Amino acid sequence: MKEEIIISGFGGQGILSMGKILAYAGIMEGKEVTWMPSYGPEQRGGTANVTVILSDKRINSPVLNTYDTAIVLNQPSLDKFVNCVKPGGTLIYDPANILTPPSRTDINIYTIEAMSESAKMQNLKVFNMLLLGGLIKVRPIVTVEDVVQGLRKALPERHHHLIPMNEEAIRHGMEIIQRL
Amino acid sequence: MHNDHEILLLKGNEAIAHAAIRYGYDGFFGYPITPQSEILETLALLRPWETTGMVVLQSESEVASINMIYAGGSTGKCVLTSSSSVGISLMQEVIPYMAISEVPALIVSVQRGGPGLGTIQPSQSDYTQAVYGGGNGDYHNIVLAPCSVQESCDMVGLAKELMMKWRTPVIILSDGSIGQMMEKCTLPPYTPRRTDEEIRQQCPWAVNGLGIKSRKPNVVTSLELDQAFMEKRNKALQEKYKQIENTEVRAEYYLTDDAETVIVAFGSAARISMGAIDILREQGHKIGLLRPITLWPFPNNEVLELSKRAKRILVVELNEGQMLRDVEWASQFSCPIDFIGHSGGVIMTPDEIVEKICSIAK
Repeated sequence: MKEEIIISGFGGQGILSMGKILAYAGIMEGKEVTWMPSYGPEQRGGTANVTVILSDKRINSPVLNTYDTAIVLNQPSLDKFVNCVKPGGTLIYDPANILTPPSRTDINIYTIEAMSESAKMQNLKVFNMLLLGGLIKVRPIVTVEDVVQGLRKALPERHHHLIPMNEEAIRHGMEIIQRL
Repeated sequence: MHNDHEILLLKGNEAIAHAAIRYGYDGFFGYPITPQSEILETLALLRPWETTGMVVLQSESEVASINMIYAGGSTGKCVLTSSSSVGISLMQEVIPYMAISEVPALIVSVQRGGPGLGTIQPSQSDYTQAVYGGGNGDYHNIVLAPCSVQESCDMVGLAKELMMKWRTPVIILSDGSIGQMMEKCTLPPYTPRRTDEEIRQQCPWAVNGLGIKSRKPNVVTSLELDQAFMEKRNKALQEKYKQIENTEVRAEYYLTDDAETVIVAFGSAARISMGAIDILREQGHKIGLLRPITLWPFPNNEVLELSKRAKRILVVELNEGQMLRDVEWASQFSCPIDFIGHSGGVIMTPDEIVEKICSIAK
């Protein structure tokens, strides 16, 4: 098993954290993982992205040209990565920041209204956990239990009381993701 | 503090900080600079002075840091500093002092794009600086090049062993991508810091006041007013370097057994090359990788042997061709050698290497 994922959007959307929790969940399953951020000035407001690879075997290049799965959260990210999804791969996007939806027919496309849903829940901070839930629904590479265990590892103990809320958001994300 | 292996998701920089504490280092002296600041930050978070007694100090500058580890190493303590490209440039004056005085210390160099202030993105722009030195005189550093987070961690332990065994500065030459990416890392169990008695026994040369009654005072200095004696010290140093070259070369082979094309790359460039090799192998190319783990001493024999049976060599670096010269020299031009590189903080993708190979291996 090997899953190569790119998550891309605006800096501040919790993209790097989401990737980190996904990577930790992979470790809980005994997988090899890499988490490779694009960092630097573009983190502050521009496009931020992170490549996460989960694999049963040693991971060679942490830098990739193509991906099994792309999660794109704004138009520039969609434009940049839509053609990097392998044929038969998966593209997930939040329609909130997308003006021109993808037109490829050789990949599986899903939408998840995580932005508006987190607003409805009056908790914008669960945005990335909704996405993570959506991701593991359509790409069951890790289980919800692994993610919760991953959260336990990734978060300092003083934040552990927030884990049930995040778990709820992940489960809700699994419900609201839709195939296009 | 539990004394066992622990598996964590860590950045390469964080792994180095954890490892320094667990391998029983006595002190860290450093100054923040992107992309290595997580080393100092993680040490500050872990507060080892409350557990192992390891000292962590943010100095006023890189020049101060390097002088502090020169002093710390002179007392037989196990010390390290870390910085990035321009910061390492500032340290160059003192590194040869340590080399000729035979003072052990670890310098972690997390490279970014250069020259000068350059960029804060990953690069391998300081191969020449680490391997050939920006300092003066006939000296070398042992240079270790990690290609993963786990190796970054393990090399802190290896560096301790090598610097104490050979009484020499050791450089871990990481870069912004290995320093900032996260991977699964198994941390080693805690090794206790050495006691004063152990240091007295293991480092009889040290200037620490621990042996003053039983012998003449030790002197650690690079200054010599007698040129004939200075030359003698130089010859002895060269003799030590020969022994290191004969015994400490480390390299990794990846799919080289039947390889007609051999990539030579270190650190993050080696990881990206391995990704390219996987793609090329699927297309039927007979291609493999030689990854120097020690950049000095350089795996000259390994390069020569491969260049005699390969049809071609491709050197891949995140610079404009610094290790290339060493590969050319080591190969004795036994086969054609090509190069692909990026600099200034730009990282190549596996596809670029695939394209390059397809164009030269027709």
